[in-house]
Amino acid sequence: MIEVNNLVKVYRSKKKEIVGVNNVSLNVKEGEIYGIIGYSGAGKSSLIRCLNLLEKPTSGHVKIDGVDLTTLKGDGLRKARLKIGMIFQHFHLVSSKTVYENIAFALKAAGKTKAKANKRVLELLDLVDLTDKKDQYPAQLSGGQKQRVGIARALANNPKVLLCDEATSALDPSTTKSILNLLKDINKKLGLTIVLITHEMEVVKEICHKIAVMQNGEVIEEGEVYEIFSNPKKPLTRDFINSILQFDLPEQLIEKRKGTIIKIQFKGEIAEESVVSELFQRYQVKGNILHGKIEYIQDTPLGIFIMELTGEASEVKKAIDYITSKTRSLEVVHDAA
Amino acid sequence: MMLLESLVQLMPDINKAFFETLYMVGISLLVAIVLGLPLGVLLFVTDKGLFLENSVVKGVAGWIVNLIRSIPYIILLVALLPLTNLLTGTTIGPTAASVSLSVAAIPFFARMVETSMREIDKGVIESAIAVGATSWMIIKDVLLPEAKPGLVQGLTITTISLVGYSAMAGIVGGGGIGDLAIRFGYYRYDNTVMITTVVVLILLVQVIQLAGDSISKKVDKR
Repeated sequence: MIEVNNLVKVYRSKKKEIVGVNNVSLNVKEGEIYGIIGYSGAGKSSLIRCLNLLEKPTSGHVKIDGVDLTTLKGDGLRKARLKIGMIFQHFHLVSSKTVYENIAFALKAAGKTKAKANKRVLELLDLVDLTDKKDQYPAQLSGGQKQRVGIARALANNPKVLLCDEATSALDPSTTKSILNLLKDINKKLGLTIVLITHEMEVVKEICHKIAVMQNGEVIEEGEVYEIFSNPKKPLTRDFINSILQFDLPEQLIEKRKGTIIKIQFKGEIAEESVVSELFQRYQVKGNILHGKIEYIQDTPLGIFIMELTGEASEVKKAIDYITSKTRSLEVVHDAA
Repeated sequence: MMLLESLVQLMPDINKAFFETLYMVGISLLVAIVLGLPLGVLLFVTDKGLFLENSVVKGVAGWIVNLIRSIPYIILLVALLPLTNLLTGTTIGPTAASVSLSVAAIPFFARMVETSMREIDKGVIESAIAVGATSWMIIKDVLLPEAKPGLVQGLTITTISLVGYSAMAGIVGGGGIGDLAIRFGYYRYDNTVMITTVVVLILLVQVIQLAGDSISKKVDKR
């Protein structure tokens, strides 16, 4: 649905050149929720703004639904944008227009008649659950409600693609959750392709299918969310994952322990199997869980446990071998011997 | 007693002058809206980074606006006498004075329009572009409504400036309150007229400012 090829965006000022996006190529399939994560200044905002040509790429191509946007100009580009919705961190609603008028504006842009627009606005208000706020001004709404208006406006012309520029970064956690659920819903119901940029791994974990990690204008790692979470390759990716899967034990605690401390990661179905209880039945070891968590990423469990094993050294070794064979992911944090 | 008597005697004159002032200011205000508003919008949308960016148009328009604004009104008034004669067939009276007042008001208000549009969050304009709106739609449905409180304020300031300018038009027999002040108050040393005209002008400006503020507040939905 979205094909980005060798996209480069350079900002030129009198004194220097800043490379915002450095030779990025991406492929987003239809119906996918694609997350781009990175710290501020990583170029993710430039990248998403290049997708609907709010920023003109310095070089490279952006194809959406088979149309190369970089070849379009004027009215052609304007018409293409009707099919690409966009929502923003600070909502960007027209403050002098009511909720209804803000949404109707998008339909007017598409040349819809008043009657047709009216019907569609009411549908959209129902979709984002704001029917009772239709005659209010944006200043009277909460952040979450404003973003819902933004979403309704973005969806007005039945776009194929929705771009979300830090859409939840200005919202509190519970509002973030409700907006994410709404996006997830829309993705399922309408089969809408969604590209979102964020600096919060929580957002990615919650709704994305695929993820790209950006640093210094480049995509340094890309893949299925579950794969990235369970097997991150780059330090930055690990940083982001650690931000929600924090598994560091205090140094003192580790030193005080007499047994062998191991960190086990259970992926997918294995997380649901009873590997641990099997372990204690088979080997003469005692286990003590120091830390543990099961995260559900795209409804697939990812479990991480830190355990202390005590017993005969040979039994502990056998136990470790057993877990390694089952999970293929075991790290000895502290060896008793 | 003397004061009151001469005041009563002057009432018809003051009344006539007051309406002449309103007439002059009204006409030039109308012209400022009709021509200055589009000019101000043009100055804004052709600016760097905006959707109709055009450095040539912006440069030329900006230069003309600055040129007219740099000429003191009293000189503009005299310099425009030939044009005034051409347009109105006369160089005295309030209609004639309206010509130079209008010429002064257009660039003044245009800058006010431009400034009030700069206050608009660029993101809002961007979101309209992203939604696929035409330039005309962005001007009509985003820029003008979003700038409305600022536009009303700008119009208030322009009106008050015009009241001040219109008094100067009295020097060339433009009519209005300023004319009255100059003819009676200045040439005839009549302090009563002088003070009365000043009081009328003060009241007029206060009323305009109050009205402007209250309208501006009313249209502000931010």
